[in-house]
Amino acid sequence: MAMIEIRNLWKEFGEDVVLERLNASIEAREFVTVVGASGCGKTTFLKMLLGTETPTRGELLLDGKPIPEEPDATRGIVFQRYSVMPHLDATGNVMLAGELEASRWLGRVFGAHRRRLRDDAIAMLKEVGLEHALDKYPHELSGGMQQRLALAQALIKKPRILLLDEPFGALDPGIRRDMHELVSRLWREQQLTVFMITHDIEEGFALGTRLWVFDKERLDPQAPEAYGARITYDLAVGRDDTGVLDDINADVDATARTIDTQTPQPTGEHS
Amino acid sequence: MKKLINRQPNRYARWFLGLLPFALLLAIYIGASTARLAENPDDPLLPSLTQMAEAVERMAFEPSKRSGDYLLLQDTLASLQRLGIGIGFSAALALIFGIANGAIPYVRATLSPLVVGISLVPPMAILPILFIVFGLEELAKVMLIIIGVTPFMIRDMQQRTLEIPEEQIIKMQTLGANTWQTITRLMLPQIMPRLLATTRLALGTAWLFLIAAEAIAATEGLGYRIFLVRRYLSMDVILPYVLWITLLALVIDFLLNRWSRWRYPWFHATGQ
Repeated sequence: MAMIEIRNLWKEFGEDVVLERLNASIEAREFVTVVGASGCGKTTFLKMLLGTETPTRGELLLDGKPIPEEPDATRGIVFQRYSVMPHLDATGNVMLAGELEASRWLGRVFGAHRRRLRDDAIAMLKEVGLEHALDKYPHELSGGMQQRLALAQALIKKPRILLLDEPFGALDPGIRRDMHELVSRLWREQQLTVFMITHDIEEGFALGTRLWVFDKERLDPQAPEAYGARITYDLAVGRDDTGVLDDINADVDATARTIDTQTPQPTGEHS
Repeated sequence: MKKLINRQPNRYARWFLGLLPFALLLAIYIGASTARLAENPDDPLLPSLTQMAEAVERMAFEPSKRSGDYLLLQDTLASLQRLGIGIGFSAALALIFGIANGAIPYVRATLSPLVVGISLVPPMAILPILFIVFGLEELAKVMLIIIGVTPFMIRDMQQRTLEIPEEQIIKMQTLGANTWQTITRLMLPQIMPRLLATTRLALGTAWLFLIAAEAIAATEGLGYRIFLVRRYLSMDVILPYVLWITLLALVIDFLLNRWSRWRYPWFHATGQ
């Protein structure tokens, strides 16, 4: 069964039709990139996956059940901005999920449990190449480093679905390439299902296993909001097909990594 | 030659220019005071610096002949206690209700109109009610400060809470946070430095209400003393008291600012 199923989905805001007649399904471990003009409902669709918007008509199913109508731990997210907590340092940001889970009322843990969370957080920060910035606050980090931190913070919670809303839109091209490698690697290692919005079509082609284009098939120049966008292209792309070889590699890597987290190893910048 | 809008004074020039108006005011005062006292040495309106120094000596460093207390110290402690309790309660209420209003739509729908309504009542107009209900003792004065500053502090805290980026509130939920955890781990720490900033602003208003309340009914306090000696035209006491109140306000403001910068460096670094 498909992980996410979209059945005849419509989204309207009053008279304005944003999305119409969407039908698609996403398997677990796919990496879907979404491109399209501004105002074509990409972000609206992401918000529905996130649970902050609800479909007007049709169904959006996760594992055969309607997707929860509020954000929760099954779906991690990295926004273009404001994704990390400015009042916590890098380690604190990554420890947050563990602390929230362990302590329902205080949202804080102490002693040995805290040290364990801290070690996990540091391992995660190494994974994304932030081992030199453990006690830095977000405002002390560059844009690219903040997004690395946001990824680490989201992924330590082990979400089934990772939603990325133009996460690299504000970064320099060089940094962006580094981030692509990081995201591809994390996607393979952590066996994620990724759904990423971008308005860089090359990024969409290079990064995903599947590329969606949101566009309006019917467009009335006098009333562009009269018709909604649909998925006009649904292409299998990328070199990272979910082939057997890659699966094996990923599994082996993940196992090796799990074993290796006991002994710190230099991850280094991938450039 | 650069245009005037592009020319920046250097560090020394800034100090000099900043102190200049103070020096000018002082010089004008001394000139006027000397001229008046030359005409009539008993003129009370513009006392000389020496007369004021004598008054300070009498109020601050000699025990009162009547009660044996050091009056300036006694007044200062009384006023600071009222101000501290008043502003402390106001800040606590603002924090609780401001965050509750900002965080939870159902609470906001219920309480926000009430807070707006109360904040429009002129506090001085209900001062008689406070004296009738709470008596002439400490409680009425503290209540005046609380009623005077709390409503607008709550409104400000509510607004600041609503300004926390939606992205972060969503992010907290995707990390597994419930409502309470979102409040305690996201909103509360982000609002604390903003509360300190609002408290600094509210202190000006709080002093106003404190002195007003002390002027009407008190047996000690900085405001009480000023209004007491006014009967004898004792400008030599009033002026140093006013300077002292200003200095206290300045020090409190400075300390709150320092505290905020010490505890919440991330807040000040982001230029908010």
